[in-house]
Amino acid sequence: MMEALQLPFLQRALLAGLLVGGLASYLGVMVVQRRLSFLGDGLAHAAFAGVALGLLLHEEPLWVAIPFAVGVSLAITWVRERSNLGDDTAIGIFFAVSVALGVLFMSLRQGFAPDAVAYLFGSILTVTQTDLWVMGLIALGVALLAPVWSHWAYATFDRELALADRQPVLLYDYLLAGLIALVVVVSVKVVGIVLIAAFIVIPAATARLLSRTFSAMTVISVAIGVFSVIPGLAAAYLFDVPAGSAIVLVQALLFALALTLRR
Amino acid sequence: MTAAAVEMQQYSVRFGEFQALQEVNLSLPQGAFVAIVGPNGAGKSTLLKALLGLERGSLRDGPTQVSGTVRVMGLPPRKVPPGWVGYVPQVKGFDRSFPALALEVVVSGLRRRWPFIITAQERKKAEAMLDKVGALALASRRLGRLSGGELQRVYLARSLIREPRLLLLDEPATGVDVVGEADLYRHLEAYQAERGATVLMITHDWEAAQHHASAVLVLNRRVVGYGPPEQVLCHECLSQAFGHVGHGHNLVLGGRS
Repeated sequence: MMEALQLPFLQRALLAGLLVGGLASYLGVMVVQRRLSFLGDGLAHAAFAGVALGLLLHEEPLWVAIPFAVGVSLAITWVRERSNLGDDTAIGIFFAVSVALGVLFMSLRQGFAPDAVAYLFGSILTVTQTDLWVMGLIALGVALLAPVWSHWAYATFDRELALADRQPVLLYDYLLAGLIALVVVVSVKVVGIVLIAAFIVIPAATARLLSRTFSAMTVISVAIGVFSVIPGLAAAYLFDVPAGSAIVLVQALLFALALTLRR
Repeated sequence: MTAAAVEMQQYSVRFGEFQALQEVNLSLPQGAFVAIVGPNGAGKSTLLKALLGLERGSLRDGPTQVSGTVRVMGLPPRKVPPGWVGYVPQVKGFDRSFPALALEVVVSGLRRRWPFIITAQERKKAEAMLDKVGALALASRRLGRLSGGELQRVYLARSLIREPRLLLLDEPATGVDVVGEADLYRHLEAYQAERGATVLMITHDWEAAQHHASAVLVLNRRVVGYGPPEQVLCHECLSQAFGHVGHGHNLVLGGRS
């Protein structure tokens, strides 16, 4: 096991897992408490459409998927702010359009696409140096934006009171939506498109069960998001199973445990 | 001369087809304790929100047309320092699933952001305020474990901790038992006397309005009546505001006159 950590691709895998695990579980706290769990699913499929477009254009999928998913996320937020449709409907529409576009782009590309499977289910061992740089930059950005936590939290607690206190609630909503989209895209290689939503939601939901305060919920969620990656990756390495599903199953196990432990 | 606490001139708000407020003219002096009464849909909450600078509501409600002027202590609402105004929203709008302790809710009123860590000084101040409204025992209680009346006390403490000059309360007695209600008005009166603050309170309880308010504003999209409670809470003005005055209302009024 320890020798395995000498392998560069495993080092990259571990670092990538820890970075996106922390990011997803940090933003997941806002997602869960604002009842936007479906947003992770919607954006994962926007990422799918972006990746498919990138493969079609023979570009690095990351560079296409990032603007695509961020655009969809901002558009979802725009529709949510402006209509009475409800979050689930606004997200559902973009979800459907993204999947339709993704399938279309895939079919336009000649021949079978073995790499598409890697994106659907994740392939953490193919994480490149570039992927790591992007993840690192996003993590740095989110760390620098740490003071925004108290503004997001305030608007999550009571939007009207935050507005009455002249908080730029809308601006912070768009910022949150954009960051969630970025994290979703860089999580694709680690857990795969189909599991990203779980990756965002489960640590925060588990933390919610164990916390009396929102700050405790945030700390516990990030701890779960980061530390579930280690046994998940170890299991993936030892039993030769996909890392994404192993990590998410570890998180689900913790959730089950929290559910039984909860006082 | 000091500016009126609240001044409105020909102030109208329209949400799409719905006229929420129509040509409201009023001037409330500083230090007044005003009860706002009126039927459902009379624009009472819209009036409070206008004073907070939130009259446009959510973009979800469609286009909002606003005309006329509002001044809060001589300033347009959005220019008023947030610390000057305390607001206790309607209890039914609260999301109690948010993981928070009562103490944190109170500190959020002081900081105007959500606290990650509460400093010793903030704790002391928040506890003193909770104590003042008789809710010190609730300090480390979770939001989801508070009753409606307990929640009202915590939110009152939250609004008072910033020592506002203008206190806006949207049906603060909802879900509060009789003893709690008497307490609530006692705290409001005490705060008002202590600070010379202006209190604006939406209520459906005319008896409370009659007992505690220095003036009553009867609203039904327009100002139907304004003045001392014993003048305004008459059968005539109220039937104009409500269309009719039922027997139940007569009984409440009759019991006091």
